[in-house]
Amino acid sequence: MANDLFNSFMSGPDENGRFGDFGGRFVSETLMPLILDLEAEYERAKTDETFWAEMDDLWTNYVGRPSPLYYAERLTERLGGAKIYFKRDELNHTGAHKINNVLGQIILARRMGKTRIIAETGAGQHGVATATVCAKFGLKCIVYMGKHDVERQAPNVFRMRLLGAEVIPVTSGRGTLKDAMNDALRDWVTNVRDTFYCIGTVAGPHPYPAMVRDFQSIIGKEAKEQMMAAEGRLPDTIIAAIGGGSNAMGLFFPFLDDKDVRIIGVEAGGKGVDMKMEHCASLTGGRPGVLHGNRTYLLQDDDGQILEGFSISAGLDYPGIGPEHSWLHEVGRAEYVAITDKEALEAFQLCCETEGIIPALEPSHALAHVAKIAPDLPKDHIICMNLCGRGDKDIFTVARHLGFDMSDTVGRDAD
Amino acid sequence: MTRIDAKFAALKAEGRKAFVAYVMAGDPDYDTSVEIVKGLPGAGVDIIELGLPFTDPMADGPTIQLAGQRALEGGQTLLKTLQIARELRKEDDTTPIVLMGYYNPIYSRGVDRFLAEAKEAGIDGLIVVDLPPEEDAELCIPAQAAGMNFIRLATPTTDDKRLPKVLQNTSGFVYYVSITGITGAANAEAGDVGPEVARIKSQTDLPVIVGFGIKTPEAAETIAKVADGAVVGSAIVDRIGKGDNVADVLAFVKGLAYGAHRA
Repeated sequence: MANDLFNSFMSGPDENGRFGDFGGRFVSETLMPLILDLEAEYERAKTDETFWAEMDDLWTNYVGRPSPLYYAERLTERLGGAKIYFKRDELNHTGAHKINNVLGQIILARRMGKTRIIAETGAGQHGVATATVCAKFGLKCIVYMGKHDVERQAPNVFRMRLLGAEVIPVTSGRGTLKDAMNDALRDWVTNVRDTFYCIGTVAGPHPYPAMVRDFQSIIGKEAKEQMMAAEGRLPDTIIAAIGGGSNAMGLFFPFLDDKDVRIIGVEAGGKGVDMKMEHCASLTGGRPGVLHGNRTYLLQDDDGQILEGFSISAGLDYPGIGPEHSWLHEVGRAEYVAITDKEALEAFQLCCETEGIIPALEPSHALAHVAKIAPDLPKDHIICMNLCGRGDKDIFTVARHLGFDMSDTVGRDAD
Repeated sequence: MTRIDAKFAALKAEGRKAFVAYVMAGDPDYDTSVEIVKGLPGAGVDIIELGLPFTDPMADGPTIQLAGQRALEGGQTLLKTLQIARELRKEDDTTPIVLMGYYNPIYSRGVDRFLAEAKEAGIDGLIVVDLPPEEDAELCIPAQAAGMNFIRLATPTTDDKRLPKVLQNTSGFVYYVSITGITGAANAEAGDVGPEVARIKSQTDLPVIVGFGIKTPEAAETIAKVADGAVVGSAIVDRIGKGDNVADVLAFVKGLAYGAHRA
């Protein structure tokens, strides 16, 4: 398979931005010329050495790449089976994988002469990364964030404001990540001349899913090289959490044609994937539809109305998923599973206790699945999991769920 | 020839401009919505744009979005929206009805099944905001094959290079979006719109109707003067949202129609 160009899983999307039946460019006419401009600029940049030289320099000196590949020894012992490695993208500047992509898009925006950057954010990690890079380049930054998320991710809201960004709480619709994306699109359609929309995940109209994947693929490229150096071979299984799916696509993509590598994406199962739909597992519990510029699996009702997701993790709380994941799911190259809030919380604590790493709630979902499968796998089975974000932003949420009263602590500090 | 083509032929013969009114199906509730739609032709509306509610109307401002939410909360669906068209058709077989909305509810229903049902219900044309020419194979081509008009939006960002692509599979009329932005936002300026309409008309024989940012009878008149007609949506929907009764809504529509027809 790896040598057979015609059967490659890495050749998508086609010229219409499709991965199989998924993807595409489902946007209003006002945005179409902008998206075509962006596609042309990205195609130019892709083969321009100066573009990648600038990226490499910033990845090394600003982000701190490469991120380490770390053998989680005590966790491996505790689970008693497969050998577990973490790809440590939580050690990046701003504490998550999001900045890999933001750097690429902001450099493109600068090449296009755009001076005003807009972004949507759920957990706030993409918003913080965008605000950070905008501060570095002196660009105006506006971040749309659902009102509910503004409340549950207060530390990130404060970070963005410190970094000079304007955070706009979104109250339209139900005030969640999808509504933040709607409002960002409304902003873009209104401010077409000077504004660049920096999308935070592998979704949206073509070329965003492919472009964001390409920027995030640095994760998988490094992991592959690092694994060869550490073990002299590729991992048997790679695992990552999925909201929109950018950290997962970044890890998965360079491995797609390595047919012996098992690929698992972990969706947010919320309170459980059942008829009540209190989850964000688009592939496990949704069906194909069209939203935010692309065709992909969506949480929707029988009439094609979009449903709200539900997850303890604001970063996974989105009713859709990147179109390339929908395609990988349908062709069977990757498996997708769901992990509940409760399982993710347990994995969060397991990681703290065994490895001295406080993970974000998003990769805690991936880790929960690792904890499920590792014990039954042989000791020479190697798992590589993307630890895509650190948990500082989540300690308030976790404390509340564990019944620890943080308001007291904060009060004492203030005295 | 669809009802839309027939209507424009008639308007041309009379030397009149078209007045197009948008209302959201099922807003504020199903029964009131039927009453309003039935009253539109009598209030001077030449073409009815019937909004198909959607949870995520990315090209619409708060007025239309809230109307969609009211309709959905009241249990409005795609099938009930087609039912409103059927109710009008019981007493009016000439006023064209254009269904305007987003693709997902249609895709979810299944394109072929939807087209058959919409045609049977008396829908004459479709405006689907998130289907640009690049996605024509999805719905535009099948709709035309089913004898329905597919009306395309042209915008200030549609440059001369792109315009032929936008016009290529458009039928019925061209809907020129007067501003870069969302529905109900900035005011349309006749000075900006006139040359744009002329630019489009130089490349097509289809009528060009202008919408977005037209809120008053005066604005309807000035914009209709430089085009083949004007669309008003948010300003009407705003009245419905504020709880105006049917008679008051229709009186407001009558004023707008009078403005457009004076042009």
